[in-house]
Amino acid sequence: MGITGERENYLSDFARFEKDISKNGQSWFGEIRRKAISRFAELGFPTTRHEEWKYTSVAPITKIHFNPCGYELNGLTVEKVRRAAFGELECSRLVFVNGYYSAELSSYRPLPGAVHLGSLAVALSTHRELMGPHLARYASYEEHAFTALNTALMRDGAFVNIPDGKVVEEPIHLLFLSTAGREPTVSHSRNLIVVGKNSQATIVESYVGLGESVYFTNVVTEVVLGENSVVEHVRLQRESRKAFHIATLQVHQSRSSTFSGHSVSVGGALVRNDVNAVLDGEGVDCTLNGLYLVKGQQHVDNHTRIDHVRPHGTSRELYKGILDEQSSGVFNGKVVVWKDAQKTDAKQTNKNLLLSENAEINSKPQLEILADDVKCTHGTTVGQIEEEQLFYLRSRGLDREIAQGLLTQVFAGETIGRIKIEAIRTGLEEILLTQFQKDKKHGETVQ
Amino acid sequence: MLEIRNLHASVGGKEILRGIDLKVNAGEVHAIMGPNGSGKSTLALVLAGRETYMVTAGEVIYEGKNLLKMAPEDRAREGIFMAFQYPVEIPGLNSMTFLKAALNSIRKHRGLEELDAMDFLDLAREKMKLVDMGEDLMKRPVNEGFSGGEKKRNEILQMAVLEPKLAILDETDSGLDIDALKVVANGVNALRSEDRGMILVTHYQRLLNYIVPDYVHVLFNGAIVKSGGKELALELEAKGYAWIEEEVREACRVDLQEGGHAA
Repeated sequence: MGITGERENYLSDFARFEKDISKNGQSWFGEIRRKAISRFAELGFPTTRHEEWKYTSVAPITKIHFNPCGYELNGLTVEKVRRAAFGELECSRLVFVNGYYSAELSSYRPLPGAVHLGSLAVALSTHRELMGPHLARYASYEEHAFTALNTALMRDGAFVNIPDGKVVEEPIHLLFLSTAGREPTVSHSRNLIVVGKNSQATIVESYVGLGESVYFTNVVTEVVLGENSVVEHVRLQRESRKAFHIATLQVHQSRSSTFSGHSVSVGGALVRNDVNAVLDGEGVDCTLNGLYLVKGQQHVDNHTRIDHVRPHGTSRELYKGILDEQSSGVFNGKVVVWKDAQKTDAKQTNKNLLLSENAEINSKPQLEILADDVKCTHGTTVGQIEEEQLFYLRSRGLDREIAQGLLTQVFAGETIGRIKIEAIRTGLEEILLTQFQKDKKHGETVQ
Repeated sequence: MLEIRNLHASVGGKEILRGIDLKVNAGEVHAIMGPNGSGKSTLALVLAGRETYMVTAGEVIYEGKNLLKMAPEDRAREGIFMAFQYPVEIPGLNSMTFLKAALNSIRKHRGLEELDAMDFLDLAREKMKLVDMGEDLMKRPVNEGFSGGEKKRNEILQMAVLEPKLAILDETDSGLDIDALKVVANGVNALRSEDRGMILVTHYQRLLNYIVPDYVHVLFNGAIVKSGGKELALELEAKGYAWIEEEVREACRVDLQEGGHAA
């Protein structure tokens, strides 16, 4: 199939889709969709000749003809939803099935007045005044083909709007479940999270595949932080082991705001996570932590970019990877300090643990500094489990597998441990534990 | 309990142990002394199953089984415990979690019921008193940020909790001040029993003022060159290792001369 052929499926998806949306009060957004699709038609899918895609080939995605998803419960129950992720977490839970908001599976806790929480598809028709200033204003469809595709074809997702001066105590969980059947399907979910001045919120995004089918998730989330606001954001990617997952998290921060992001990636066959943060105000604090844990033939690519635009910003980044069997990974972390961003303090660390001789990681930290009074450091490590530590544990009676599992958990714990809400931490620890032990013969646990 | 016969071991192609013979019965405490580089720690690590050492000849029979064929974890489950000369730090791994997992894997192997968190805590608290260790230390990751003395006490605590049949202490006394040494020695003495064998590997006689051994062996250049009772340790302390070295050289010369005459 030629390069244009690969694009054509999506272009004809758009042509069909455009007819639907002109009827439902979303026409105000049609202009941006049209710009985005024509930009996608120009850009096409990235190839490995593209610097930002050097180690990740999306050829497997472009070769498959994915049909748009439908809302199919396929026997999904509230109980199954709870088991999918963070079932113990006291939170408002917005559930999406194959990218569509599910009113029957979602549940809400009491929220402070004027906080809006719900389906993006509905909000596109009803909340134009709240969304208009933000939607597609941050994640660039001009530069990124997958973002362009998502912007043109987005159907649903979550819209969270927290007005000025509101503290939302309990987390908001956006749970995206895939029940995809035998036919390969694609969903372009889109989330917009706007947090006002002096407000505070915790957002959890989970992507979970039920079953082992082939599907493609192409998701974009924009998070907008008002002045002096505080947002903790946790992202869990646990798609089917045959799924493709391409995600962009675009964060825009105003003066004195604090963003803490934690991205945990364990599922998927081919995964690309882009996290971009623009620190567009004085005294902004940004933390991006990540953990990727892959095995088999999985490939995971984490690209982060932090733009320090204004002075006195602080950014901290810790990404850790655990790669087993023939899996491969990429970490590409770019920190750009613009000319005006004096007194920037940026620190970036990437640590990798290779559990197999056949596993591979490409790590590339990048610093671009245009200001002259800054403090920036970065570092990468790639290592194996230390034989000395392994021997010490074994000499006390622990199996090689158990000992190795413990040391791997400990390695992962450094990032997970930084998540503030305990129920999220324990939820993630449980997920990681099953991930570590899934393919092992020994069922012993050590907790 | 343990019988070592003509044990040879090397690391990186260099022979360190050159024919060790040693027999340890239940209830006995053996001290192995020797100068730096004589092979003391190598012997301890070979018995514990460290894979960096290659056994090139000889055998080790432990309770009728071929010890050298067993994985380190199997040795531990069968009752062998080595207190490390340099205990390993494991940042992030909680000490209690680790010790409970270790104990339960050994208990399981022995056909005993695994201890739950509460029962384990009671046991650990009781043993902590034995080595004068505060509970706060056990809430920290394994050996991380522990002082030298705390690490050694932690080794003895592990030994007390795991209750081995054969304990091997690799220079547990090195680098300890006298108070810490007494604590460690008290811990070891409390564990002395009729059915437990002990091997104390040490550089200094000082430890043997507090733990009185049944036998003392001198290791030199990878072989045991002299064995005796506890008096031998005192003699070594008074005269130093040079005396042994001299005796060994003398013996070699005599051998050579005798050989010469025979030819």
